[in-house]
Amino acid sequence: MAGAVSVAGQEPNLLMRLMSRPTALAGLVVLVVVTLAALLAPWLSTHAPGQLSIVNRLTPPGSAYLMGTDDLGRDIFSRVLHSGRTSLMVGFLVVGVASVIGIFLGLIAGFFRKADAPVSRLIDAMMAFPDILLAIALVAALGASATNVILALGIVYAPRLARVVRASTLVIRELPYVEAARALGVPTPVILVRHVLRNVTSPLLVQATFIFAQAILAEAGLSFLGVGISPDIPTWGTMISTGRQFMSTAGWMMLFPGLAIVVTVLALQLLGDGLRDLLDPRLAKDI
Amino acid sequence: MTTLPADTILSVRDLRTWFTTKRFTAKAVDGVTFDLKRGETLAVVGESGSGKSVTSLSIMGLVSKPGGIAGGEILFRDRKERVHDLAQLTPKGFRAMRGREIAMIFQEPMTSLNPLYTVGDQIGEMISLHEPVSRQEARKRALEMLKHVEIPDAENRLDDYPHQMSGGMRQRVMIAMALACNPSLLIADEPTTALDVTIQAQILDLLRRLQKQFGMSILFVTHNLGVVAEIAHEVVVMYAGRVVEQAPVNDLFARQKHPYTKGLLACTPHAKRDITEAGVRKALYSITGSVPPITDLPPGCAFAPRCDLAVEACRAVPPALMEAGAGRLSRCLRSNEL
Repeated sequence: MAGAVSVAGQEPNLLMRLMSRPTALAGLVVLVVVTLAALLAPWLSTHAPGQLSIVNRLTPPGSAYLMGTDDLGRDIFSRVLHSGRTSLMVGFLVVGVASVIGIFLGLIAGFFRKADAPVSRLIDAMMAFPDILLAIALVAALGASATNVILALGIVYAPRLARVVRASTLVIRELPYVEAARALGVPTPVILVRHVLRNVTSPLLVQATFIFAQAILAEAGLSFLGVGISPDIPTWGTMISTGRQFMSTAGWMMLFPGLAIVVTVLALQLLGDGLRDLLDPRLAKDI
Repeated sequence: MTTLPADTILSVRDLRTWFTTKRFTAKAVDGVTFDLKRGETLAVVGESGSGKSVTSLSIMGLVSKPGGIAGGEILFRDRKERVHDLAQLTPKGFRAMRGREIAMIFQEPMTSLNPLYTVGDQIGEMISLHEPVSRQEARKRALEMLKHVEIPDAENRLDDYPHQMSGGMRQRVMIAMALACNPSLLIADEPTTALDVTIQAQILDLLRRLQKQFGMSILFVTHNLGVVAEIAHEVVVMYAGRVVEQAPVNDLFARQKHPYTKGLLACTPHAKRDITEAGVRKALYSITGSVPPITDLPPGCAFAPRCDLAVEACRAVPPALMEAGAGRLSRCLRSNEL
């Protein structure tokens, strides 16, 4: 009987449990495919993404060009694949930046009573700005570059993570095992990381998937508006932006990068929903 | 620094822990004094709100705002025979003390362990926090501790998560964590309250055995007089933030020198005593009324409104803690008549 006892709701393998949720599983599979496509872009693409072919400009989708060509005769399929690298990378790094800032602020606000009011007001103030406006303002102030777009979006999304972390920290701070840890001489930074942060990971993971999706959208939005990453680096947003001028004559220029965004964001949202259902004990009962 | 008799490990002197807000001051602990001898167990007994838990938290330096120590001394002798006044200690000084010199176990074994780490991990964490040991060494020591607290099949249990264990087992793990660095003082805040009676007896047994083995002193906070009889050498009875009676355990059970203690004992259900010879069940005695709010104590003896023996003098001024026979104290004007 040693160690074989398992209590409901505590099965160790999250992936196995995800299998029981078809929509979440679909999200995960699509996400893996998109990520692989982006990673393997140099091998999968049929043309070099920057290769010009003026003769073949604005060719509709067909056997030679799977998704057609753009106004400079570049292969859309290859560019969508390569853009995926940038877009996913931006999304990933934005989640990273937002997590670092958000976790730090959230832990401070949730754990130390005196810091709560000032930090929470700061979070509220940041959330009062419309996301995209704040991002534009930050990019305008910092200068348009890939790094600055990532930083700006990271700052924009940090308050959401901070709120989630703060709320969970407020609860966990009062739990007996935190008091027990303190009574046994565990230093505060260790309590924060080992005992509080580790127990916040589930809601954090759920939020992170949503922020990933939003960051991809926001990056596309910024690029479309021309304040994002410079147009010579292909991203889904810049592709849609250039395609807009040819919307009536060559709709495929916008269609395929747009589809890529829709599919990726939808997959992330489905996965996020599934994770939330699995990781929230109040919702987990009806599985 | 004030001196401490060589055989005394902890001496609380006139401790006052008050909670002060704009509207009132709650004197949760008001002038508590007691000594704990090396290798002995002192039980602090009282109802909810009597100040017994705040006393133990004060010793640990864990009283949170708006509470704080308003006066008094908490003298503690560490392993190196140095005497510290815990009432004056800085937060940094306390961190060095907790876990290493003084450890604490709590009432809720079900939630006192972090659900995300194995018990071996958590005991190991305690050891590596306070002593410079390798991971393997910490794990080996954790296993030893699990064996000390008599968890069967300890080798396999080391990698169990808390949810795989019962309440009694988890309390054993808590004890293992608390004793991992061999502290000289263990504070046990109602460690058996949440457990079944049979498990209670096992845990008390274990604590007694470990006390012999490790030689630590135990400050045992409880409201259960049955538990006190099992484990304590000396008993302190608290009421409304003050000590009302103190005596060696056998003397206390033989004869109570304060009407509150007498009442507490009469309240304990008793299988034989409560049934008359005719087989009729007698009503269980209860002390009338309830503990007065600590912000609104009567001018005289805090227990006077509920006491059958109270006279005019009791209601006038608060009685002092007086000698009431050899080695015992009582805060009652009429203790001689009891």
